[in-house]
Amino acid sequence: MPLLNKDGRIVEDRWIAVSEAEALGRPGDLIVPQALWQAERPRLTARAARLGLRLTNEQSPAVLADDLGRFALIALEFPKFTDGRAYSQARLLRERYRFQGELRAVGQVLSDQLAFMLRCGFDAFEVTDERALQGWRRAVEAFSAWYQPAGDAATPIPAQRLQRRPLRTRRAASPPATAPAPDSCAGHWAY
Amino acid sequence: MQVQAVTANRLEDGFVVYLTPAGHWSERLADCALTDEAAAPALLARAVAEVTTARVVGPYLITVEVENGEIRPLGQRERLRTRGPSVRLDLGYQAQES
Amino acid sequence: MYRYDEFDQTFVNERVAQFREQVARRLSGELSEDEFRPLRLMNGLYLQLHAYMLRVAIPYGVLSSRQLRQLAMIARRYDRGYGHFTTRQNIQFNWPKLADVPDILADLAEVEMHTIQTSGNSIRNVTADALAGVARDEIADPRIYAEIIRQWSTLHPEFSFLPRKFKIAVTGAAHDRAVIRAHDIGLRLHRNDEGEVGFEVLVGGGQGRTPILAETIRGFLPEQHLLSYLEAILRVYNQLGRRDNLFKARVKILVREVGAGAFAEMVEAEWQEIRVGALALPDDEVRRIADYFAPPTYRALDDGGSALAAALAAEPAFARWHKSNVTAHKRPGYAIATISLKPHGGIPGDATAAEMETVAELADRYSFGEIRVTHKQNLVLADVAQDDLHALWRALDEAGLATANAGLVSDIIACPGLDYCNLANARSIPVAQRIAERFRDPAREQAIGGVTVNISGCINACGHHHVANIGILGVDKKGKEYYQVTLGGAADENAAIGSIIGPAFDEEQIVGAVETVLDVYLAERRPDERFIDTYRRVGPRPFKEKLYAAA
Repeated sequence: MPLLNKDGRIVEDRWIAVSEAEALGRPGDLIVPQALWQAERPRLTARAARLGLRLTNEQSPAVLADDLGRFALIALEFPKFTDGRAYSQARLLRERYRFQGELRAVGQVLSDQLAFMLRCGFDAFEVTDERALQGWRRAVEAFSAWYQPAGDAATPIPAQRLQRRPLRTRRAASPPATAPAPDSCAGHWAY
Repeated sequence: MQVQAVTANRLEDGFVVYLTPAGHWSERLADCALTDEAAAPALLARAVAEVTTARVVGPYLITVEVENGEIRPLGQRERLRTRGPSVRLDLGYQAQES
Repeated sequence: MYRYDEFDQTFVNERVAQFREQVARRLSGELSEDEFRPLRLMNGLYLQLHAYMLRVAIPYGVLSSRQLRQLAMIARRYDRGYGHFTTRQNIQFNWPKLADVPDILADLAEVEMHTIQTSGNSIRNVTADALAGVARDEIADPRIYAEIIRQWSTLHPEFSFLPRKFKIAVTGAAHDRAVIRAHDIGLRLHRNDEGEVGFEVLVGGGQGRTPILAETIRGFLPEQHLLSYLEAILRVYNQLGRRDNLFKARVKILVREVGAGAFAEMVEAEWQEIRVGALALPDDEVRRIADYFAPPTYRALDDGGSALAAALAAEPAFARWHKSNVTAHKRPGYAIATISLKPHGGIPGDATAAEMETVAELADRYSFGEIRVTHKQNLVLADVAQDDLHALWRALDEAGLATANAGLVSDIIACPGLDYCNLANARSIPVAQRIAERFRDPAREQAIGGVTVNISGCINACGHHHVANIGILGVDKKGKEYYQVTLGGAADENAAIGSIIGPAFDEEQIVGAVETVLDVYLAERRPDERFIDTYRRVGPRPFKEKLYAAA
């Protein structure tokens, strides 16, 4: 299955997905399901190679919060492209739990969802369809700006509006009830 | 007697069409290929397999009655699909009659 | 009303280009129908019984005359010369060709309109009180917040593949004219003890197979937290809403399964993490959006001028229309005029291109160029000088748009039903036509007074029959169309789900059944009781008895 990176280029996939304890002896970077991680923690953390985790879209990212530093990769599933749970998982992993590693979309990944996935913080895509490769450019360049903050670095439209207004007509924004936490969601956006 | 036929909507305009014996799609129910219950799944499967080249959407089976050579659909929904909205007789296939 | 800036305009233009390209890939066969379906649904394009159907968004029901003229042009050029106004304040065209749809979208974009998210498992058109800005009982203008929500929800990357559709409604008055309790999220603007504006947040309402009224999960949400709170609700729903069963996938099912209290806790827990941050709504931004909805330049007029009084005295037909279709305006000397799209025997909610153009012209002449679409499938000119009412009525009468039945028995809400819709089990429009015909006599209609009659052609309840005083649900019994009657529903701040009154009636019997129900009401009522008041006092029994009396 072709692996796209966040620039839409096909890249070599060094990762190996395993689902059973027997396979943990093999060398290389492994992606394991959550249950296997929990069952084989000591063995997995003892390995020198990189570790990846695959979550089903019913598993809450919250349970991983303390362990995130151990994973170089997290794979999130789109069992059908219409099942959008992984979009929320991705945003939580990036924005709430500050996951810095590779966030990979697996399952039914079609080109028309790539723009949404990128915005939610995915940076690698196991595409099920060759056509997605052609569709990449089209998908990510369709819109020059978006209305709402998300897991990407884009400045949402309301913030861009604020930036464009001449200084003298901008009234001071009323301060929020408490000072904003420095790490809150993609922070450039302000109405 | 009751037999079955295959209907779908045309990709271009969403209009109702019926599968003919030659494997084409006609706007007229009278042109449809008739099949018995045993052979119906195969007829539908062929139609489904060819939706791209045939430029139709969502083929499915309907039950029709044949009486004195006239083919009539069963059920209000399929009756309306052969004609158009009952509240606008100037729209749909019914407007093309006469 | 809201006007696009270059960001908004660029956005819809880009959307048009995107869909044009997707349609091309569909027509070339590169995209299968399975792949194309969610894309076309996100652009409001359905495949219905006889043809495609395109649903155009009319954000919170507000239209400029220019936009209405463009809709008329689209009806003429690409469709069959008419459109249908819906129970969510949108408009539908029933006969577009697939290849024309990108051009239609381009024509819409030209007048700052679009079809984004009018279908599909996304956040749909945010509806609001059609009398926003002008109603006497208004506390705060819901359109401001509906516009803010509209932008936030447009192509939201996290919430574009929800378990099911998601509908939000906003009201800002003492009386709820937005049916908020039948929505996935209902927002009621009000002031707290400190005089600050905020929202009561209700979640989990909906009709369809399992009609449920929304429950309050937060009594007062300060204005600045609107978007972060909505995001928390949607995130909980996106993660926990059922995905295994189409008929159990709305948020109302989730709220009922976990309980409103538990649901509220989950939302609050999520919200605590995001309430401070990028989604906080600064006061100056709310004021900036509010400026778009500033009142027009009203003239200084007085109420009850002698010219109006004279016209009312002189022309009974005008007086009748004034009684049913004109509502008091917050500003002295002005009035709110409802243009009924329910002519007796006509198709509820339909308007021809010529009618649209007439209304646009009258809006320019008498109402600052603005039109509202109500959830009852009627139109409103919200800022008519009382002195102009007679002239307006005259012009409407000439155009066949002066039916004096707003809020009366023949002001029926009807879904398109089996005549148009793929999902329907029975036709709804003919029943509406025949009921309206039965009550054609204006004296009789006025004597009956305010009553809501809604008809749905299937269990999806797009005609909102569950919250009608007299609800009618079309069903299929052994290939024949039958009609089940519910009584006692209500769509306002005293919202209620109607109860089934007994066995269904066939096509021949249903009109007589409605007549019987109203005869019972007239026999039982006390002075000043509307239908719903009498029903609440006497209960279903007198109605049941008369409806099902042994022959």
